[in-house]
Amino acid sequence: MRALTHLDRLEAESIHVLRETVAEADRPVMLYSIGKDSAVMLHLARKAFFPSPLPFPLLHVDTTWKFQAMYALRDKVAADPTIDLMVYKNPEAERQGINPFDHGSRHTDMWKTEGLKQALDKFGFDAAFGGARRDEEKSRAKERVFSFRDRNHRWDPKRQRPELWSLYNVRKNKGESIRVFPLSNWTELDVWQYILKEKIEIVPLYFAAERPTVERDGLILMVDDDRFSLDGETPVMRKVRFRTLGCYPLSGAVESEAATVEAIVAEMLLTKTSERQGRAIDRDAGGASMEKKKQEGYF
Amino acid sequence: MSRPLESDRELIRTDVRAWLAQQEAKELLRFITCGSVDDGKSTLIGRLLYESKQIFDDQLDALQSDSKRHGTQGEKIDFALLVDGLSAEREQGITIDVAYRFFSSEKRKFIVADTPGHEQYTRNMVTGASTADLAVLLVDARKGVLTQTRRHSYLAKLVGIRRFVLAVNKMDLVDYDPAAFQSIIADYRGFAAQIGADEWVAIPVSGLNGDNIMARSEAMPWYDGPTLLEHLDTVPLDVAADAEKPLRMPVQWVNRPNQNFRGFAGQIASGTMGPGAEVRILPSGKVTRIARIVVGSDAEADEAVAGESVTITLADEVDCSRGDVIAAAADPPEAADQFEATIVWMADEELLPGRGYWLKLGTQSVTAMIQQPKYEINVNTLEHLAAPTLGLNAIGVAEIATDREIVFEPYAVEGSSANKALGGFILIDKSTNATVACGMLHFALRRALNVHRQHLDVGRETHAALKGQKPAVLWFTGLSGAGKSTIANLVEKKLAARGRHTFLLDGDNIRHGLNRDLGFTEADRIENIRRVGEIARLMADAGLIVLTAFISPFRAERHMVRRMIPEGEFFEIFVDTPLAEAEKRDVKGLYAKARAGELKNFTGIDSPYEPPEDAELRIDTTELSADEAADAIVEKLLTRR
Repeated sequence: MRALTHLDRLEAESIHVLRETVAEADRPVMLYSIGKDSAVMLHLARKAFFPSPLPFPLLHVDTTWKFQAMYALRDKVAADPTIDLMVYKNPEAERQGINPFDHGSRHTDMWKTEGLKQALDKFGFDAAFGGARRDEEKSRAKERVFSFRDRNHRWDPKRQRPELWSLYNVRKNKGESIRVFPLSNWTELDVWQYILKEKIEIVPLYFAAERPTVERDGLILMVDDDRFSLDGETPVMRKVRFRTLGCYPLSGAVESEAATVEAIVAEMLLTKTSERQGRAIDRDAGGASMEKKKQEGYF
Repeated sequence: MSRPLESDRELIRTDVRAWLAQQEAKELLRFITCGSVDDGKSTLIGRLLYESKQIFDDQLDALQSDSKRHGTQGEKIDFALLVDGLSAEREQGITIDVAYRFFSSEKRKFIVADTPGHEQYTRNMVTGASTADLAVLLVDARKGVLTQTRRHSYLAKLVGIRRFVLAVNKMDLVDYDPAAFQSIIADYRGFAAQIGADEWVAIPVSGLNGDNIMARSEAMPWYDGPTLLEHLDTVPLDVAADAEKPLRMPVQWVNRPNQNFRGFAGQIASGTMGPGAEVRILPSGKVTRIARIVVGSDAEADEAVAGESVTITLADEVDCSRGDVIAAAADPPEAADQFEATIVWMADEELLPGRGYWLKLGTQSVTAMIQQPKYEINVNTLEHLAAPTLGLNAIGVAEIATDREIVFEPYAVEGSSANKALGGFILIDKSTNATVACGMLHFALRRALNVHRQHLDVGRETHAALKGQKPAVLWFTGLSGAGKSTIANLVEKKLAARGRHTFLLDGDNIRHGLNRDLGFTEADRIENIRRVGEIARLMADAGLIVLTAFISPFRAERHMVRRMIPEGEFFEIFVDTPLAEAEKRDVKGLYAKARAGELKNFTGIDSPYEPPEDAELRIDTTELSADEAADAIVEKLLTRR
């Protein structure tokens, strides 16, 4: 008899969560951020519902500031006839021209937090899958797999629903919603191992290549298009890769030689800094910044 | 993300594929840590993460600066800050919610649920314990076994944990004295035997200094047992045992992309399956064979085992949907609708015996009514106490009746995952949708099977035929003073004029007789409606058209009555009068009294009214006169198909 590996168990648990949501929610949606965790989540969803097409749409809450390579992969995914991929941009952020150079934290608030809330309300989604993992950050470690949100999309960490065994309460009243995290119990290493094992396509930016960069506030930033406002700097070609992907002016690169998944895993294992270190979002307000953002409705 | 052990770094550098293959073969152990406030739980976990190299330099930097700001360890690093992730926790220096941590050793991967100690966060502790294989109970060497230690042992055992580690912490503060350690062991032994926890070991540790966590303590040469990590690495796992049990797969979702494919998706709770295996679909009892196991692509599997999520197709076109259980044909589980169960109440609002709650067990959702508890358990003394209900964090044993049969297995600690999957349930409040309790089924009550309904030769059809009418229950609901009785009266008059046999059950009249023992608390109001529902059902069986005029403020109870009455005979009539209007009319002067505080629990004032969402008829009394309303109702009744 076959013994299940650690990855087999994680896969089975995630598929269970995906199916449970589809069986009980009225209008589920999968938040698709184009990163590696989204890629894994999408792969699991295809497996969970095969041979049916995905029984829910993908939603990309766009900030207009993602890397070009991310938009390329997104459009490739969208071209699959069995997938319905929706793109939403906060019209108010678009009108005001909100950008990461001039508007600081308002950029994330308006494009991502507000944009997400608007999209969920507009289309009446009552359950939204997200690729967050508990090993990412301290307040995530305390969040349930099925995370209940009130009418204003607020997360109340003191009133989380008890979550027993693999019994998930998907019930809610009109206007309330649930964020569902199928990858809750995966670690970053699990994600990479799974990408390797299942040959999942990810954005090439995860692999090291020569890229035009500038250094700011200790972060190596990639000059991905001509909207990057250079402050008298001259972009320098560096061999870099990204450990996490978001808006390109906010995503720090690391210098690297790793051009395969194996090499990334090796490099990552031998490194001394955590994955979220390259993200500007966590640095806002000390230790509690992610918790605060989540209470406001951030994914 | 975790960092590799020092011993692995060379292999990663030279052959990462080989290293990854090693990782894949690792086993998984899930455990919880629990203990009283200040036993040093978070510190111990922080220490485990730190010593097993799970902490990155940037996290350590942040920790050092946090330790200076919020820490409780002076100049030393406060490892607790690594795990207390919510701002309220950091401010108060306590753990509120269960936090999940990940680390690995050379042999195993671990998922740790760090669970809070405070009694008020019991539900969070139970959340963490329900998925764990082992519990690490922390005891402060200076304080010994406390009430909380006993409480946590009991709760962990209750939700199915078999193996325990008694980590006697802060040994540095008792000068590593073996006598202190031995007296705690002696103290715990008696309690462990009482709750049936026979697989436990005690380890003397210091989370702060790292003694006997990963490395053996030089300060405690008298201790020759395993370190904490050695024990976690070698304690036996139950996973293989699950595959040896008979097949159980709760059906989660029917996969039907087109006419040619009808698959049944679910996670296998126990046993193994392969194409050709004979299976029984429950509760229908139909027998068929597994045709194919589809594994998420065009590839097909020859075998699937407990723990896997699969999609299967069956050899015959049998009825099978979400909530059914696919089981080994020769050894199926039972189905029943009355049970005895242990219930852990987890909500601020106490249990209302008699009220309908959603009960979710596996993929089955039914309405369940809980009887008044047989007893509540004092977790500290294990005494059985009489209890009218269960409040927050109370644990009790009660009988449960469900509105239809569910497929189940008794929840037994010694059992496999199937016993958890088909024996553990949650209760959900129907109006707030909050998870209010969890429970474990003990056994089905045979009473339901032994009390057969008396077969009557003159049945309800005969009664109705003799009266030349189709029975019905017209259920008027609405605020006090909405006009329910007035309209019901008119309807009855109009029906009588047409020669229909009717009977009007009026709230006030019933309360003067049959229900005069009931008051206006929520529990009494539920019982009031239940009795009226039963009478209405008997009268409908007698062939009558029954009219009832009760405020009946709660959806759950109206739903309960609806389910008692045969399909198509129940008419919920919402007499919709705005509160301001009803209060203005105040025919009986009750609103004035309620406003003055002389009447408690008055609907609309200090007790809620839940308007119907699926009433057969809504009467807007601001638009229709009572007579027009009555005509509309008669019309609706007499034109029904």
